[in-house]
Amino acid sequence: MFPRFTDDQTAVRDAARDFAQSEIAPGAAARDASGEFAKDIFQQLGEMGFMGMTVPEAYGGAGVDFLSYILALEQVAYADASVAVAMSVNNSVACAPILAFGTEAQKQKYLKPLANGEVMGGFMLTEPDAGSDAAALKTRATRVEGGWKLNGAKAWITNGGVARYFVTMARTDPDKGKKGISAFILDASQPGVVMGRPEEKMGLRSSKTVMVALEDAFVPEDAILGKPGDGLKVAFGGLDGGRIGIAAQALGIAQRAMDESVAYAKARISFGKPIGEHQMIQTYLAEMEARLQAARLLVYRAASLKGAGRTCTVEAATAKLFTTESAVWICDRAVQIHGGYGYSREYTVERLYRDVRVTTIYEGTSEIQRMVIARELLK
Amino acid sequence: MKILVALKQVPDTETKIKVAADGKSLDPADVKWITSPYDEYALEEAIRIKEGKGAEVMALSVGGDTAKDVLKNALALGADSAVLLKGDGQGDAFAVAQMIAAYAKDKGFDLILCGNKGLGGDNAAMGPMLAELLGVAQANVVVKLELGEGTFKAEREIEGGSEVVEGALPAVITAQKGLNEPRYASLKGIMAAKKKTIEELDAAAVTAGAQVSALALPPERPAGRLLQGDAPAQAQALLQALKDEAKVF
Repeated sequence: MFPRFTDDQTAVRDAARDFAQSEIAPGAAARDASGEFAKDIFQQLGEMGFMGMTVPEAYGGAGVDFLSYILALEQVAYADASVAVAMSVNNSVACAPILAFGTEAQKQKYLKPLANGEVMGGFMLTEPDAGSDAAALKTRATRVEGGWKLNGAKAWITNGGVARYFVTMARTDPDKGKKGISAFILDASQPGVVMGRPEEKMGLRSSKTVMVALEDAFVPEDAILGKPGDGLKVAFGGLDGGRIGIAAQALGIAQRAMDESVAYAKARISFGKPIGEHQMIQTYLAEMEARLQAARLLVYRAASLKGAGRTCTVEAATAKLFTTESAVWICDRAVQIHGGYGYSREYTVERLYRDVRVTTIYEGTSEIQRMVIARELLK
Repeated sequence: MKILVALKQVPDTETKIKVAADGKSLDPADVKWITSPYDEYALEEAIRIKEGKGAEVMALSVGGDTAKDVLKNALALGADSAVLLKGDGQGDAFAVAQMIAAYAKDKGFDLILCGNKGLGGDNAAMGPMLAELLGVAQANVVVKLELGEGTFKAEREIEGGSEVVEGALPAVITAQKGLNEPRYASLKGIMAAKKKTIEELDAAAVTAGAQVSALALPPERPAGRLLQGDAPAQAQALLQALKDEAKVF
């Protein structure tokens, strides 16, 4: 039977579930209302090893496999999707590229504190005019004494204002197009990195997303990640992992919507019986569950392949496309089942409906995922 | 310094308790087992002592195979070793105290920590009995513990106040909520725990001090009653009921 988890994977999942249910879930609604970043929770997640899960212990991580990480992320998202996205960014696009492309010295200096939770990390690729079309980025890195100076604007930066180190892509050679982009580890604790006000988002309210202005932001010689011109290779190297991570986040949200809906269908009485006894509600629940189970298998399969070091670009894109689109639909049905109450802040599904919406957009839109899948089919 | 922490496996508070067919024990089906929360304070205190002044911490539980989960968790949290005494106390604190005493008596433990009571059973008897059997000092329902050179100072909850007791080690200390805030196991701890083995021994044969003769769930609550009529009539009916039936006036 698939999936069959190892004892380690089950242990990690259960530890994540315990912590998420006891410590993350209770404050989720309040953080959604206030927009307050869950600082204390990240402190604890870091101490427990959840911020650098697949990073080897020698570099401050927990040294578990990729599927374990995905299982943990799903449990955290079930409790609070805002916490899950910050955790995912730290693991997938801050730690992972430094682990893959960093020198030994960079791993000691930057990866260790990111993986053991001392500081948080982020990723700066997207710009106001370069989203899905990442190669169009305009941020310039110019040579100066002892390193580079970065100038430009970055948009939709998760963990902006709360993270210390950002894997940042900038153009080192304006004439070389895609090949003229390089990756850097940018220390945000300098005046040249100006964080904007957090965006007023529809959901994921307690995750901080900001516009960043880089004004002569300095990057020392030894903080370039990979070789000059390797920028997109570094940026896209973690893409599959990032996509599976967001699929797992959507899966956690959808499972929560499912559980909330089943509980409500048993408790809410209409026409003299629980609404779960009405055939139309049963149709919704059955369809939601079918899509949820299918999505779960896709996510776990892609994660297993990734963990085994196999190519999984199509599997990751498929998992992200199907899971996030299904999760949006499942949360929509969950609101419908809750009727008027589903439209009220009093009920969890209202938050889930807003939180889940972005999953078909960020970390590669559904349209990009379809493109990736179709290209492979037509190759 | 050698510390023994005795941990009991109890049903999760959210478990729906059912009485087994014999009418005097729990039906173990569908029970989710956890470490008794009071024992978690005991374990956390032991780990803090280990981190503070250095100590060797051994976790111990009496029970069957399922009690291993409690020990695995203790290893993940930082216990150095774990022992399972295979046996069944049959719900009798004295039997369990004798089993633990038989194991611990020659091992040179400086400190034995456990919860002040096991969640659910609520006997609050095993710890004090263990201290008596071993002939060592004890302090119960402890909310603050300080260790000196071969001595302890414990603040314990008493009815309407607190009491500070001092004594010489070895001693049995039973933990109360407030002693500390137990941590969660780290992933590193969980992985490391899987490499450690749990020693399994047969518990000493003991004679129980008491036997459970019957176990019953509380009677089901009768349905509520809706008072009829307008507000003054309802108030009148309520007053009447409180006087005549509930006899609160």
